[in-house]
Amino acid sequence: MITLTHYLVVSAILFTLGVLGIFMNRKNLIVILMAIELILLSVNLNLVAFSNALGDLVGQVFAMFVLTVAAGEAAIGLAILVIYFRGRGTISVEDVNRMKG
Amino acid sequence: MIQLLAFYLFAFVVCASGAMTILSRNPVHSVLWLILAFFNAAGLMVLANAEFIAMLLVIVYVGAVAVLFLFVVMMLNIDFAELRAGVMRYAAVGVALAVALVAEILIAVGAYSAGALQLGRRVAPVDVKVPNIEAIGQLLYSRYLFVFEGAGLVLLVAMIGAIVLTLRPRTDVKPQKISRQVQRRAKDATRNVNHPVGQGVEL
Repeated sequence: MITLTHYLVVSAILFTLGVLGIFMNRKNLIVILMAIELILLSVNLNLVAFSNALGDLVGQVFAMFVLTVAAGEAAIGLAILVIYFRGRGTISVEDVNRMKG
Repeated sequence: MIQLLAFYLFAFVVCASGAMTILSRNPVHSVLWLILAFFNAAGLMVLANAEFIAMLLVIVYVGAVAVLFLFVVMMLNIDFAELRAGVMRYAAVGVALAVALVAEILIAVGAYSAGALQLGRRVAPVDVKVPNIEAIGQLLYSRYLFVFEGAGLVLLVAMIGAIVLTLRPRTDVKPQKISRQVQRRAKDATRNVNHPVGQGVEL
């Protein structure tokens, strides 16, 4: 029998992997964006699991909106990455200090 | 029983491929691991009776977002060895933060399991006779119509923003100017001459 707790544990592991990915890959902006996708995936998993456990469809509708925002975020993030790479020739996050006043 | 077995398989693969996404040396491999994670998360969602979200995950994430990542990784000419240089410097603080986060989440799950939260009435109760996609469609086009259109607007703004950000004037190419081509008339471009025979032409 699959319970809600099973899903919550998987989702917690995925979320933590995403946060860890942001900290581990300080030099690689692409992997940071992928880690953010992992975090949003775990959130979606959470919403769907609760939707199933409570018998309420709203969680799935909300998961769809999260998916929409994730797709838009990936597109904008990669566009910023591309123009940043064009200007600097690197994608290291540690070098992003051009906007310092 | 077979459901539980499938759940553990999907859960293990999704966690393992998530870990490989953040740990692999080559970003192309990272994207491929991410695709595997999305596929298995879709399997988990099918097990949770959310067929539409599972389908959306495969189509939107694997079909669009992951391929976008793959394009960008291959388009940028990056020295991958240099990118991995400082990984271990942040590993300690990252692991410490991750442990703290897992502890907090487990406390939260424990509080939820103990019945600390009181939930009210269901907003949209699941009807087992109505298929999942039909039920979501009815909900989206009635109660959540404006939110749905807002989501469309978000996608439109993201699309325009991505185009505006990456568009740049190119000086090294000669693009076709269709308006000038259409505006050009025959009398501006040609002239009639009554040329005598055997004297050559003047251009």
